[in-house]
Amino acid sequence: MFMFEKAVVGGRRYWTWIGALCAIIVVGFLCYVWEHEVGLGITGLSRDLVWGLYIAQFVFFVGVAASAVVVVLPYYLHDWKAFGKIVILGEFLAVSAVTVAGLFILANLGQPMRVFNVILYPSPSSLIFWDLVVLSGYLLLNALITLVALSVERKGVAPPGWIKLVIILSIPWAISIHTVTAFLFSGLPGRSFWLTGLLAPRFLASAFTSGPALLILLTLALRRLAGFDPGREAIRRLSLIISYTMVINVFFLLVELFTVFYSQIPEDMAHFEFLFMGLQGHAPLAALMWISVILAVISMVLLITPRFRQDDKILPVACAMVFLSVWIDKGLGLVVAGFVPTPLGHVISYVPTLPEMAITLAIWAVGVLMITVFYKIALSVGEGLAG
Amino acid sequence: MSIDRRTFLGVAGLSALAIAGKSSLVVLAQGGQREGATGIQPATRWAMVIDPRKCQKDQGCTDCIAACDKAHNVPHFTDRAHEVKWIWKEPFDNAFPDQESLYTAEAFKSTPILVFCNHCDKPPCVRVCPTKATWKREDGVVMMDWHRCIGCKYCIVACPYGSRSFNFFDPRPRIKELNPDFPTRTIGVVEKCNFCEERLAKGEQPACVVGCPEKALVFGNLEDSKSEVRELLRTRFAIRRKPELGTNPEIYYLV
Amino acid sequence: MRDRGIIIAGLIFFIGLITIPVWYNAAAGTLAKGPDLKLPVEEKNCVAPVEYMRTFHMDLLVNWRDQVVRQNIRTFKAFDGKTYTMGLTQTCMKCHTSKADFCDRCHDYAGVKPYCWDCHIDPKLVQRSNV
Repeated sequence: MFMFEKAVVGGRRYWTWIGALCAIIVVGFLCYVWEHEVGLGITGLSRDLVWGLYIAQFVFFVGVAASAVVVVLPYYLHDWKAFGKIVILGEFLAVSAVTVAGLFILANLGQPMRVFNVILYPSPSSLIFWDLVVLSGYLLLNALITLVALSVERKGVAPPGWIKLVIILSIPWAISIHTVTAFLFSGLPGRSFWLTGLLAPRFLASAFTSGPALLILLTLALRRLAGFDPGREAIRRLSLIISYTMVINVFFLLVELFTVFYSQIPEDMAHFEFLFMGLQGHAPLAALMWISVILAVISMVLLITPRFRQDDKILPVACAMVFLSVWIDKGLGLVVAGFVPTPLGHVISYVPTLPEMAITLAIWAVGVLMITVFYKIALSVGEGLAG
Repeated sequence: MSIDRRTFLGVAGLSALAIAGKSSLVVLAQGGQREGATGIQPATRWAMVIDPRKCQKDQGCTDCIAACDKAHNVPHFTDRAHEVKWIWKEPFDNAFPDQESLYTAEAFKSTPILVFCNHCDKPPCVRVCPTKATWKREDGVVMMDWHRCIGCKYCIVACPYGSRSFNFFDPRPRIKELNPDFPTRTIGVVEKCNFCEERLAKGEQPACVVGCPEKALVFGNLEDSKSEVRELLRTRFAIRRKPELGTNPEIYYLV
Repeated sequence: MRDRGIIIAGLIFFIGLITIPVWYNAAAGTLAKGPDLKLPVEEKNCVAPVEYMRTFHMDLLVNWRDQVVRQNIRTFKAFDGKTYTMGLTQTCMKCHTSKADFCDRCHDYAGVKPYCWDCHIDPKLVQRSNV
């Protein structure tokens, strides 16, 4: 039923890739066992900075998962036939990204064995409860959609009528997962850096630019590695979408900067100052944040210029820049800066430790492994029909 | 009657959803933050009034902190990144950033302010806990259940006062003197001042209150109009930490 | 059935192999005995009858935990009318003073590792550490 037999057939390059991913996963897993035994003290987290790389990565990958809607919505609601071949790739990306996000949450828990308490003792006032609900639902929706899509393609039949409803449901659901994740942060009275109505829109804008950028890179990689061609029109339209969403993303950041620095409220300014310039000698993220800004500006210029956007060599570079820029901003800066200065006005620093980074790398590797296996299955099913 | 596998799975799935949905509806209907909230004003609302200037009488005194640490097996970590503290001292400008000024009164510039959990009336930490491992009791104490805590640390993120500590390592080896009358905590859970609820149950005052040689900490029932805390609040001006956030903290500092 | 002999021989060998724990220990006289508990000397009654405690002491303790922590109910009326304060260290271990000689005996035998003592203090630890 799951067609995994398609994933165990491959050449030497394929198996070397799988082997390398498994090696990374094993190393990271061993580090996690160590973290579980000795405690989260082996990470760079501290008493006043309790959410760091793990939670920031969680936020980023929920965004990647939500971005599947960028290909699903036009194809199913507006009949953009051009997206026909990449819709399933987007949905598989969503499944992998949600799994990765969930693993980051587990890595961050102090008592992971008790995680089922969230289900046993539901707390509807807590956004973590709702995040669990919407993320699990989204995972199930996309798993179901991809399973049905592959099955019908392989059997050569028309999809069942009810799957259309499931797919339509996944569209607002995608918006909801990232909105709920933003609400995790934007309703806390003590954290002024996140206490803005603009946080959810910022999340969505950055997700809808970085996720499809990754999808473009993945499809171009598939074209190179597996001879899979999604079609010029699909790439053209997707790159047009990310150029608009990148502009919106940059605009949202500028809007935030205006409110904070025109109002001159010290508490609000301090977080941005820590991020970009450092406070009291602590500037762990300044260099990275400026790189993120520069990459954002360059990639935005490249994307909005048709000549560069439609260039086969420049587009992947622009997409990589977009992805990296948003990854730095959302996957590090956003979460860390909320904690400095602390509620008591102290300035602390945060640098992830090596075990922390190894665990992060391993969780990424799980996602990459899932994508590899899924795409192999999807492409094999497609090839099987053609050949 | 024969049923094919797909129909069976579909019916089973819908049934499971229906059963699960009912319990969620029940919980949603209950809502609220206070366990056992009945809408009637509770007969007890614990609060603390602190006179920071009495704290100055013996510079460097940490008797209240020592009393709390001993009573509750609070571990002692030397590096600030991993320290666990229930009650500690902060400079005035850190405890009251909204009162920050270049010209803070001399009396307060060097006064240490004792800070700990404010046992807010509307605690954000309680709102965000995904397992109800922390909740607000009828009498005002914001409680912790260390059996249920999953260590997600959301409560630490939500607390506007930095009152909570996470156990980054096993606390047992770092406890100076093991007190058998109170449990320790385990690795990976969050802890904070519990208003000595185990002592309140026996009719005793909190350990920090008893431990202070200057009687700088006064603990009492705000619902009792004749209590010492009410008397102090009637006659003296008191400030609270970050009152503009609407958390309604129940720790008052006399100025 | 040409291979009848081999099959039967193989079956007998397999059954013999799989029942080694029984007949080997019976022959060596090391068949597992029950756990050897050291009972308290002064008190003859626990907070509930022995049979009940043997089967349900885990449920009792969980109920105690929820009542004390979550409902602030701290006194327990035992089956014989006596009242006790609910607490592992304060009450249970006042009589069952040695975790190693009592609690661990059954737990080790059954291969369970309750995590109560990660937090709740074994009185013997206090005597050792505060010397």
